[in-house]
Amino acid sequence: MKKIFVLGALAAMLASGTALADTSGKKIAFSNNYAGNSWRQAMLDSYAIVTKKAVADKVVGAADVFTTADKEVPTQAAQVQNLILQGYDAIVINAASPDALNGAIKQACDAGIVVVSFDGIVTEPCAYRVVVDFKDMGKQEVEQMAKFQPKGGNLLEIRGLAGTSIDDAIHAGILEGVAAHPEFKIVGSVTGDWDQTTAQKAVATILPSLPDVVGVVDQGGDGYGAAQAFAAAGKPRPTIIMGNRQDELQWWKEQKEKDGYQTWSASIAPGVSTLAFWVAQQVLDGRTDVPHDLLVPYLAFTQDDFEAALPKIPKGGVASHEYTQEDAIAAIKANIK
Amino acid sequence: MLRSLLPALSLALVLIAIAWLNPRAISYFGFSLMLNLAIPIALATIAQMFVIAGNELDLSIGTFVGFVGCVTATWLKDAPLLGVVILLGSIGVYALLGALIHLRNLPSIVVTLGMSFVWQGMAILILPKPGGKAPDWLLALMAFKPPFIPFPIVAALLIAAVVHFGLMRTSYGVILRGSGGNSAALKRAGWSLLRTKIALFALTGLFGVLSGMALIGITTSADANIGNGYTLLSIAGVILGGGEFVGGRVSPIGAVIGALTLALAASPLLTFMHIPPDWQVAANGAILIIVLAARVLISRRER
Repeated sequence: MKKIFVLGALAAMLASGTALADTSGKKIAFSNNYAGNSWRQAMLDSYAIVTKKAVADKVVGAADVFTTADKEVPTQAAQVQNLILQGYDAIVINAASPDALNGAIKQACDAGIVVVSFDGIVTEPCAYRVVVDFKDMGKQEVEQMAKFQPKGGNLLEIRGLAGTSIDDAIHAGILEGVAAHPEFKIVGSVTGDWDQTTAQKAVATILPSLPDVVGVVDQGGDGYGAAQAFAAAGKPRPTIIMGNRQDELQWWKEQKEKDGYQTWSASIAPGVSTLAFWVAQQVLDGRTDVPHDLLVPYLAFTQDDFEAALPKIPKGGVASHEYTQEDAIAAIKANIK
Repeated sequence: MLRSLLPALSLALVLIAIAWLNPRAISYFGFSLMLNLAIPIALATIAQMFVIAGNELDLSIGTFVGFVGCVTATWLKDAPLLGVVILLGSIGVYALLGALIHLRNLPSIVVTLGMSFVWQGMAILILPKPGGKAPDWLLALMAFKPPFIPFPIVAALLIAAVVHFGLMRTSYGVILRGSGGNSAALKRAGWSLLRTKIALFALTGLFGVLSGMALIGITTSADANIGNGYTLLSIAGVILGGGEFVGGRVSPIGAVIGALTLALAASPLLTFMHIPPDWQVAANGAILIIVLAARVLISRRER
């Protein structure tokens, strides 16, 4: 009888040990390299909501945010080094470059700091990566396009910020999609920098030199600008893939009400920052089985469900999703294979 | 007197602020971390100082550093000979730019602004996506840990000493500065202004190459956009270090100190101050303006 009691107590201790390990004294810093667009603003907002509650609930000791003034790699590398000096236990990072920060990241790991990267990930093996499958997103764009434009035709591609891994991955996915759907042909490519104004200018410039375009494949943040450019040029409205921005979905809604316009929208949810936060917390919690590469799904909206999401997005913002500790544990579990 | 001490004074002020905010940073480890990214900035600032000494401005130094970084992380590692040839060739391009600007009497701002897009484009061609790896000898050099004094400080002293001797203590250094100070007198004395301009631009290219290599030695890997911020940082560093836009009035020691001050004020100071994220970007700019304004105020009082 006594033995069973002791065993029971032991089991209870073990069970509570995994659920309630003490991270309440741990400090987590967020190193962010850019805050100048709606996506990044939503990312910071989501992060603030989740971490404020986590600190108030004494799950972690502190969760401070540090943003650099420019998109520069050296500035962020210096910032990471300063965070090491500040004595943080973990750094959540949206990196300016996948490779060029590795020196600083390695220094952080060597100092015993847990590094979790997301969105702009780092390739240094000691860091964790919360990765959205951008390549699949690019491929899906063409798959969806094939549904709306079954006859095929000419496509215009809008690229993101040149030289980034995200732009490269989405572009590779789009090329793969076009290879699988030979009825489509990319007749032009412009750089939109994930920004409506830049995209509008770029599309307006290339439009006069293009044959008729049936669809626009892009990277998010550029769909509304592209729509404006087509309208201004008096060209027929093509199927434009959207990127979960409020202005894009609003425009889609207006067009849908007018004549049943169909398209598809996808982007990485800015709230993925909160998922990275919880992953860092889990590692600090003493979990040793967390894979260094965590693949998480992107956030997509279809013809049927985008209108429900629209009212929740702030004007000028982007659709987000705040992750919970349970989401992180589930994501870790899904990636352990 | 105060004027020449000002760069050192502002550096001391920033260091005191950092020591007060985070005493842990004032250590061998702390200085190694805080200052190692100041080395490439100091080299880029020296590069900018040479063109400013000749009354010109180089708006392409940032993207040039990025281009050099991409070459360093790719060809210099995989085919060292080709890498060296390309880097030497790029210094040659700088020398040609100097000749072009002098012969056609073109504004250097326009020429170098154009070149900045050329360097950026070539960097993206070499590395369409970030990657590459620094040569091992470069990594070993930048990770070097000398006894007692952190490597960045040793490097800064060395850079300042070498350039100070070359530009301020040799006779050709006087000629180079004279080409910015009083080119008419120099011409009448029989010196070739074409040659001085070529020399100044080639030196800019040389230090730009050193800056790019040092940067990649620290970051270990390259990115086509890695150096873009260096253009304005380097100009600010020269001015903060006591240089003037015209008149060949520059100071190599001041420029190195200016670069260190900027590197410390922009990043460690800001991080240690715990400014809310919404204000960090603006605070960064505010610190730069305060530091530069102090410099202008004091030097105006001297006159």
